[in-house]
This record gives sequence, C-alpha cells and structure tokens, in this order.
Amino acid sequence: MSAKIDVKTYTGFRFITLLCLFILYAPLLVVTVYSFNASESITTWDGVSLRWYTDVFVGPESGKFQQAAINSFSIAIIAATTATAIATAAATAIVRGGTYHLRAPSLGLISLPIMVPEIVLAVATLIFFNSIGFTRGYMTILVAHTAFCIPFAYLPIQARMQGIEDTYEHAAMDLYATKAQAFRRILFPLMMPGIISGFLLAFIVSLDDFIITNFVKGAGVETLPTAIFGSVKQGLKPNIMAISTMLLGLSIVMVTISYFISKWDNTK
Amino acid sequence: MNGITEIAVDVRDAVKRYGDFTALQQISLAIHDNEFFTLLGPSGCGKTTLLRMIAGFEDLTEGGIYLFDDEIKTLPPHKRPVNTVFQNYALFPHMTVLENVGFGLEMKGSSRADAAQRAGEMLELVQLSQFAKRKPAQLSGGQQQRVALARALAPSPKVLLLDEPLSALDLKLRKTMQIELKHIQRETGITFIFVTHDQEEALTMSDRIAVMSAGELQQLGAPRDIYEQPRNMFVADFIGDTNLLEVSVDKIANGRAQCHIGGGHKLSIDAVDDVAVGAKVHLSVRPERMILSDQPSDGASLRGMVTENIFIGTDITTMMDLDGGPKITIRTSNTERGNKRLIEPGNSAFVTMEAGAARLLVD
Repeated sequence: MSAKIDVKTYTGFRFITLLCLFILYAPLLVVTVYSFNASESITTWDGVSLRWYTDVFVGPESGKFQQAAINSFSIAIIAATTATAIATAAATAIVRGGTYHLRAPSLGLISLPIMVPEIVLAVATLIFFNSIGFTRGYMTILVAHTAFCIPFAYLPIQARMQGIEDTYEHAAMDLYATKAQAFRRILFPLMMPGIISGFLLAFIVSLDDFIITNFVKGAGVETLPTAIFGSVKQGLKPNIMAISTMLLGLSIVMVTISYFISKWDNTK
Repeated sequence: MNGITEIAVDVRDAVKRYGDFTALQQISLAIHDNEFFTLLGPSGCGKTTLLRMIAGFEDLTEGGIYLFDDEIKTLPPHKRPVNTVFQNYALFPHMTVLENVGFGLEMKGSSRADAAQRAGEMLELVQLSQFAKRKPAQLSGGQQQRVALARALAPSPKVLLLDEPLSALDLKLRKTMQIELKHIQRETGITFIFVTHDQEEALTMSDRIAVMSAGELQQLGAPRDIYEQPRNMFVADFIGDTNLLEVSVDKIANGRAQCHIGGGHKLSIDAVDDVAVGAKVHLSVRPERMILSDQPSDGASLRGMVTENIFIGTDITTMMDLDGGPKITIRTSNTERGNKRLIEPGNSAFVTMEAGAARLLVD
C-alpha cells in the first residue's frame, strides 16, 4: 500500500480514532475503577476497597444475585449446547444436502431471527407461550433462549463447513467408511473449531440477553441481567458496578477464547 | 502369462445423462487385470465421469459395470474394492500421514495397531517413513501425492483409480512420478486406471489407452498403435503433433489409394476400409516421419519452399509451404545427420514421407 492512500495520513484521523475509543471504552473504565471504590456514593472517590465485591457475595442482595447467576449460567449452558447441536445438524443438511429448491429459504429462515428487532421476537415469543398455556418461569426462558441462540451458533458452523471440500468425505467413503463413519471421523473433527465458536457465541448471547428474558420470565425467576435491572430501578449502588465488572471480565475471557479457537487449525 | 487375460473392469454400454446433456454415450470397455490402463481426453470428454462411475460416486443412466464378473453398479462406494487417488489428493488434514494411510484398513476392520503397521510398510514403499507423524499440510506437493498413493494402495484394492494425480506437480517431478507409478504398478500387480488429459503422460505410462472425446470412445489400443495408426482426425490431432492435409482419392487398387492434395501433388497411400474413390478425406503424417532433401527422391516427393527453421532442443522444426498452397511441418532430429539435411529458409526443398507414415482418415 502506498503512503499516499494510507488512512493514517488523512486529516483528523488520529483525533477521530481517539474520540471513538474514548466514547466506547470510557464508561467501561469508569465502572471498573469505581467498582473498587470504598464509598457508598457512586460518584465520590473514597479510596480503594473490595467492599462492594464482598457485598455482592455476602451482602443483603447476595441471595438474589446468587440465584440469578445460577439461573443465567445454567440456562446459557443448556441453551447454547442444545442450539449448537441443532445448528450443527442444520449446517450439515444445508451445506451438504445437495441442491434442493428450498435451500435458499431454509438458510434465510434460520438466520432471520438475527435481523428481526428483538422486541418483536420478545412479544411474539410471549404471545406464543400464552396461547399454548405454557406457564412462565425457568422453562420458558430456557426454551426461548435455545430458539434465539440457534442462528448465532449456526453462522460460525456454516462458515467453517463451507471451507471443507466434500472430496474428504468422498475419500473416506472410497476407503470403506460408511456415511456415518465419514461424518464422525472426517467431517465432524474438521467442523469442530466452528462448532466451538458457535457454542461460545450462543453462550454469550444467552448470558447477556435482557429483552426476551424480561418478557418471558415468570414472577420471581430472574437472570443476571434482569436482576441487575431490578436493582438499578431501586437506586444505583456500587455493588452493581462490581457485578458489571465481573460480567465484563467474563466476556473478555470468552471473547479471547473464541478468538484463539477461530485461529486454531486442527490441520497443522 | 498363461494366455488367458482376466477382465478386471468391464464397462458395458454405459450411458450417463444429466438432464438433456449426455456426458457418456454407450461406452463399452474391458480393462484387463494387471494392466496400466489410461483414459485420455480433453476436459469434458467424460473420462472423469467414467472413473467416478467405477468408484461409485456417479450412477449410470443405462448399462452396467462389472468388477471381476461381479455387477457393482448398485454398490455404494464403501462396498467397492477399488480405491482412488484424487486429483487434489484429499488427504485428511486433521490426521497424521500414518493415520491417513491406515484409514482404509481401519474402516475395513483391522485393529488400529495392525492398520498402523501396514501403513508404515506402505510409507516405506513410497519412501516417506520419516514423515509418518507429520500432518499433510507440512509436506510438499510431491510428498502429498505419494501419501495419497500409499493411502489408496494400503487396503490392497483390486483396482486403483487415479484421477489426474500428477497435474498439480511441476514438470520435472511429474516425469519422475510417471516412472515411479509405472514401477509401483508392476511391483504390486494391481490394475491401474489412470485419467489424464496429457497425451505424453498417457503414452509414457500406459499398457493401453482409451482416447475419449465428447462422451464417446474414439480409439482403444496400445500407445504405439494409437500414435501411429490413429483411427480418426480427433485422435491424430490430439495425440502428438501431426500434419493434417485434405486429400482427394482418385483411384484404389491393390490396397493402395492414389490421391492428390492441393497444388496437384500426387501420393500413393495405404487404403483404409471405408475410403471411397472421389471422397475428400484427410491425410495425417507425423512431422518426424518426413525427410527433407534438396533433391527429389525416387519415390513421390513433394516440392515446396522452407519458410522457417525453429530450434527446439532435441529437434528442429521446419515450416514449409508446398507448391500450390498446403503448409506442412517437418521435424528433424538435432543430430549430425539431421542437421546436414536442414535447408535455409527461402530455399526450395523436397520432402518425402517414410513408407507407411501417411495415414488416411475418413472422419
């Protein structure tokens, strides 16, 4: 690339970059720093302390947060696992199913939920549960999360699968493997990085979801996002910052894992 | 040889249609046991389709395929005792070289240990033992090619199918592999069916060649027969270089056809069965089977003017305009004797065809 068209030489490039980074990350930085504040106030600094982290685990609201965390993680793990299994099957059918005339519509149908405004999905899901008489509670959240996680799990799996030539399976079948053996020994291991990426993405999306969860959850069943929202409505306390910082840390860990998985190539 | 040649693969009236398009039109071929058999033709001629039919990846629209007298056309690929070396090798990228080579044996029911032991032996055959623990991506193209060969040979198939396996290699490596493949075929005694569009490769390696074009079998025979007695224009033109001249047949007597070509040159050529007096047919003569001279010879020699001499290393190609129009190419070997015969461009010259070198082609 020649120096003349290098964007770094554009007027204001440095300023716009710094501004964008500031707007994106300053709030996160403030929350992280103030989560270690010793003060009751969320705005005045009163020295470094782990007080609010302790408060999250043993304070007056700890029981509520603990139950919410258990709900969030169990739902995220079950929903992401189920969604990943369904997405793997769907990708196998759509990518390896030959050309059938409903192929484009099936691809559209499976990825559509990503484009639809979440509030619409939330209302639709709520109406659906009501009309079939499904009592709202833990199970409704789990079912809804599984459903909306499918497209997020599907996309990385499909991307990975499209890069795998079908001559590998032909070669396996030529070497006396049945279709099932060819899938298990050849296609599945080659798809694995995509499957793990899909799972992690689905897990984060489920853990993070607020709108749909808030609509379909039953009374008394909370996930971390709805519990945090509930607390905030009663006044912003520093313990919320501590929880948020922990969630932020978890997200960074997951994104990092996901990054290395996508770089990981089991063919080297 | 006990005189009885067993048929390894018998293709009977095989037809393949994709909708309106006919990829193969009634092909019948009998491929002998222990034979190095080549399917040769330009891309789209149906050679790969035929190979994939034998492997089991394509269904036949009509006809049958027999492997040592057993009908195999309804068997899925994994139940056919044939293995394939794929064009891009298709080595399993997540497995080591040893695991790749042992895969077929394992799928056939050998224990992991037995498969690994036999795979090790196969790697010795292709001289890659030291790479057993590597992944395919860590090998060069030539090495991957050998692994693909070892993998396909490991389960001792009755027939080995090779789908243009050398096309991705550079010229020098390709030449080495041609000889090595030929040796491995003789050592193992397995029937090889080799697909290529490279006529030189086919001539080098094969016991017999089936020349295909547009889904049809054009000619089947030993390399020398196909080269020296092409059955039609397509084969003459596709295999090697040749001069194709339009000729008119004036008279047929005693198995010889008296003909003339443009410019009034008269020639006497061995007649072929379906040639008739008055017919406009073609004459094929290989450039290296014509002799240049500055004197007319006793037999029929054609007069013309040399326009260009091109040095190509082993030979010199001479371009010549015959009196009255037709252009021909003559190849003279780059030897002391050959160089003496060369004539500078702009001078007139005579050219004589060696006895039996010219061949009439009806279509």
